[in-house]
Amino acid sequence: MAELKYMLFLGCVIPYRISSYEISARKVAEKLGIELVEMPEFNCCGLPLDPVSHDMMLTLAARNLCLAEQQKLNIMTLCTGCAGTMRKVNMTLKEDKKLKEKVNGYLKETGLEFKGTIKVRHLIQMLAEDVGLERIKATVQKPLNPLKVAEHNGCHVLRPTKYIGFDDPENPTILKNLIELTGAKCLDYMDETECCGAPIIGVNDVIPLQLAREKLNHIMAVGAQALVTVCPFCHMMYDLHQSRIERAFNEKFGIPVLHYTQLLGLAMGFSPDELGFKELRVNATKLLDQLGS
Amino acid sequence: MSETKETREKELGEKAVIKVSEMDPRFKYEIRKIPGAEKIMLCFQCGTCTADCPIARFSDSYRPRKLMRMTQLGLKDRILSSDVIWLCAACFTCVDHCPQDVGIASIIRALRNLAVDEGFIPRVYKELGSCVLKTGYAYRIPELRHRKREEQGLPPLPKANVESIAKLSDVTGFSKLFEEKKVA
Ligand code: SF4
Ligand code: SF4
Repeated sequence: MAELKYMLFLGCVIPYRISSYEISARKVAEKLGIELVEMPEFNCCGLPLDPVSHDMMLTLAARNLCLAEQQKLNIMTLCTGCAGTMRKVNMTLKEDKKLKEKVNGYLKETGLEFKGTIKVRHLIQMLAEDVGLERIKATVQKPLNPLKVAEHNGCHVLRPTKYIGFDDPENPTILKNLIELTGAKCLDYMDETECCGAPIIGVNDVIPLQLAREKLNHIMAVGAQALVTVCPFCHMMYDLHQSRIERAFNEKFGIPVLHYTQLLGLAMGFSPDELGFKELRVNATKLLDQLGS
Repeated sequence: MSETKETREKELGEKAVIKVSEMDPRFKYEIRKIPGAEKIMLCFQCGTCTADCPIARFSDSYRPRKLMRMTQLGLKDRILSSDVIWLCAACFTCVDHCPQDVGIASIIRALRNLAVDEGFIPRVYKELGSCVLKTGYAYRIPELRHRKREEQGLPPLPKANVESIAKLSDVTGFSKLFEEKKVA
């Protein structure tokens, strides 16, 4: 098996306010024998600025790719937005010589050159394809048996198919399989692949809240005890904003939103404290009590 | 909606009559030259994008099909000054479902980039942009967070190379774009 060594790209949202994802991801990575190298001097992946300047987005993403190329390491990122963006830019620049020349013209000013020698992986892609389900399953010491959860993949780990080509975007199963190897059951629900709405927060706050509310309703309807995400941005929408949604629509959810790495971490036998459960806005105590964690 | 004031009244305009004088026939060619927006003329108005768009479901004004048609017709001013183009969440559902592979999300991105050139930029993007310019990150990470990382046993956050970011912003024209433009 290939060596499991990656350059960790943290992105902006995780260090800004979603530390529970980073804490739990580092724990499970260590347990799985994955070596994560910190990316020096990284910058925003570029995605938030694409609407302002496509050239700036390309250049920011390419700069990060160059930093990983210098150390001959593939990038692993926990954010679907960062993964999708850098993956797309990596592919586009490898294919489009003219665009590559243009971006390299910009990068030259800082002594960098995009060569196209590395790959970009999102956490679940690394887990499913590089580590492998069997190896992950072998680390499960405390199966989460009676637990019933729902998953939310996040758009950029599925679409556009042309650039991502990882799971089936219409009926994704990879995250479900990753969840079920912990012993928890992953339930189907209506409109599973629908967007969380977070990208337009700030331009319009009403529509994202409506979208997130709808998802929470759909997962409640099938009896899920928690929602499992693999993106800090989606997580923010369902966890951080859940009380806001409850107030806006006068409804009560109280659905804990866990990072996949927290779920896997519990199954590996880590304590909730070691996995940053305290950082979650929606209290998960009831669920943890039931699991005896 | 939104904090964008000047454009609030200038929604896509439900004006029933489109005057020929409003149409800029060169607009579609201008758009077609932008990477990712090459296929604007392939849209045959089937409506799949609007039907599958999560934002359109909850918005009275956001309709990707309509935006594609308005772009083809060259209703440049109406589009670029509108709040509506800023509602796309870039979920790429339409991109996957469009039978003509039009690449709607990239076309909307191209429209937004042009809107910024014309001086229309929602405050939230202005903030994200200036934060990247100042810190390398899209959000200002408070000192408290840095200290907390230590308590949580996380390695220190690598220092961003703000000088490099500044250089790249200059050569791509990003910083200039930013200084001069007013908040829409
Ligand atoms: S789905 Fe494609 S072809 Fe159909 S209206 Fe939308 S952009 Fe046009
Ligand atoms: S990418 Fe934008 S236009 Fe297309 S479906 Fe998603 S939100 Fe709607």
